[in-house]
Amino acid sequence: MSVITVNEAITQALAEEMRRDPAVLMFGEGVATKRANLVAEFGAARVRNTPLAEGIIAGTAAGAAASGLRPIVDLLFAPFLCFAMDEIVNSAGKLRYLSGGQFKFPMVVLAMTGAGWTVGAQHNHNLEAWFVHSPGLKVVMPSSAADFKGLLKAAIRDDNPVLFFMDLALGYQAGEVPEGEHVVPLGRAATLREGRDVTLVSYAKTALHCAAAADALAPQGISAEVLDLRSLKPLDEAAILASARKTGRVLVVHEASRLCGVGAEVAALVAEHAFGSLKATVRRLTGPDVPAPSSWPLEQAFVPQAEAIAATAHALVAEGEYA
Amino acid sequence: MQHVQHDPSPLALLETMMQIRAYEEAVAGIAAGGNSPGTCTSVGQEAAAVGVVRALAREDRILTNHRSAGHLIARGADPGRLVAEVLGKRTGYCKGKSGSLHISAAELGVVLTSTIVGGELSLAPGVALARTMTPGDEGIVATFFGDGAACEGVFHESLNLAVVWKLPILYVCENNEWQAFVRRRDTMPMAHVCDWAASHGLVAETVDGNDVEAVHAAATRLVARIRETGEPAFLETLTYRTRGHFEPDDQAYVDPAELAAWRARDPIELLANRLRAAGRLGDGRLAQIRARVQAAIDEAVAFANASPYPELSELVADVYA
Repeated sequence: MSVITVNEAITQALAEEMRRDPAVLMFGEGVATKRANLVAEFGAARVRNTPLAEGIIAGTAAGAAASGLRPIVDLLFAPFLCFAMDEIVNSAGKLRYLSGGQFKFPMVVLAMTGAGWTVGAQHNHNLEAWFVHSPGLKVVMPSSAADFKGLLKAAIRDDNPVLFFMDLALGYQAGEVPEGEHVVPLGRAATLREGRDVTLVSYAKTALHCAAAADALAPQGISAEVLDLRSLKPLDEAAILASARKTGRVLVVHEASRLCGVGAEVAALVAEHAFGSLKATVRRLTGPDVPAPSSWPLEQAFVPQAEAIAATAHALVAEGEYA
Repeated sequence: MQHVQHDPSPLALLETMMQIRAYEEAVAGIAAGGNSPGTCTSVGQEAAAVGVVRALAREDRILTNHRSAGHLIARGADPGRLVAEVLGKRTGYCKGKSGSLHISAAELGVVLTSTIVGGELSLAPGVALARTMTPGDEGIVATFFGDGAACEGVFHESLNLAVVWKLPILYVCENNEWQAFVRRRDTMPMAHVCDWAASHGLVAETVDGNDVEAVHAAATRLVARIRETGEPAFLETLTYRTRGHFEPDDQAYVDPAELAAWRARDPIELLANRLRAAGRLGDGRLAQIRARVQAAIDEAVAFANASPYPELSELVADVYA
């Protein structure tokens, strides 16, 4: 084990995968400028700067992926994906199916998202649910350095287009990362805390807020289980249902807004398949349906924090007890 | 890729244009009968497709758009599998999942047919990049699009990237005067897309898109240049969409005189008359070719009609690799 930051974990994963497979290459706005170590080791052909034109970056990745390469593109900030939606959704996501399976699209799209840098709504928008809703794509949104490394390696090796979101607040978070080959399969949730009374389901930075809430609830006699989804598509439905059946109470937490968000899917899944185990209503705690503000206190208020999560979990347990 | 044909003789060019015409008229006929989804034809544009595709080599790749039948047939596609695809049958090139609009055929080097206007332009640099990064691969990429796609931002993004990264792409703009139901001259200030291309620093030419021999000569020259330099080039074929945007379409919005003028310059008639005048084609020979082409298309339609639909399990297959 070594302790490294999320940013370092991403760098390690990129270098290791480029070393392992000559078909892996990376391009994007400033990629060659900011990742000089990769240029030095792998050459200018495999690490390329592009124009500030997200559509052609994503389209080029789709074309390259369909033709034997494994491109990783860095589109910087998630809202910029709006420029690349056509290429990601209509081409990379659909053309395998439309061609009757003749082509595959092994590509990774990196983008930063979430509150934490006060960059405002045109650089901060949690739009992961858009891509979860699009067939042919996979969506990953980890919370720990180890998972950033292991899931990025899995995403690069996957034969499908993977949207890989980095929560902005997590870049400089450090964590223990296993030495050597460390690959985390897509589609498996992680249990951050074991618990009996309530399940907190989340991903990205709010998974860490849920873990802090669980720590705060323990002295109050409430045992909270914390599930970090890590991968939103494929979604680890089995892990969600197992935990829901175990605790009988589910609170879903994310920073993206509530309506049609990932939390809605988790709540519906639990209602459909684990209704009989429920002791209380499934609850959601999410960001508001507003563009992300820049002002620090407003930005923090935008994100479900540990105190609010603990309070909601507490109320949920009470509801279950007295209902 | 045993289907790819390389006979560049004028008679071979003529016969392939006639195959495309017969195929598209057959598909338009099926659509008119209400027995299939509509389709977008390239009737009137056959010379552009045949002239360019026949200038390519087996290892080259093609990206095209919703008017793809000409490109596919010129590449050697089996008309039976094409009609089957249009009809949503299991024997189609894409198992019936594409329909007429997004047919691709990996075995023919036809990659990723896009019906999002300009989609082919955004994918082409990646396909070309893969070619340059594959050791020993000398192939180039040809991408076909219309003047409508040239008005998309991605047209400029694609050309710019291809020039900056030195990607071996032949951009072929089939300027057919119509952008869906919009006249090209209502959306573009100048006559030629070529001028836009040239300003990106590409070698760019405009050619009479109804003269298959002229198109073939220009494409052959540009393809050779791309192979030699590794840099992209641009060819604009000035032509005309003589059927509607979509089948069926009564074309009530088209000036009849304009349509008549272009029909008088039909690319098939143009070449046939030239060969006749040169004493290289007699009426008997022409009738013989026409009969052979029609028989093949009749057989293709019969094959497609007799083909089964996909199993319903195909609904959820091929989404993920």
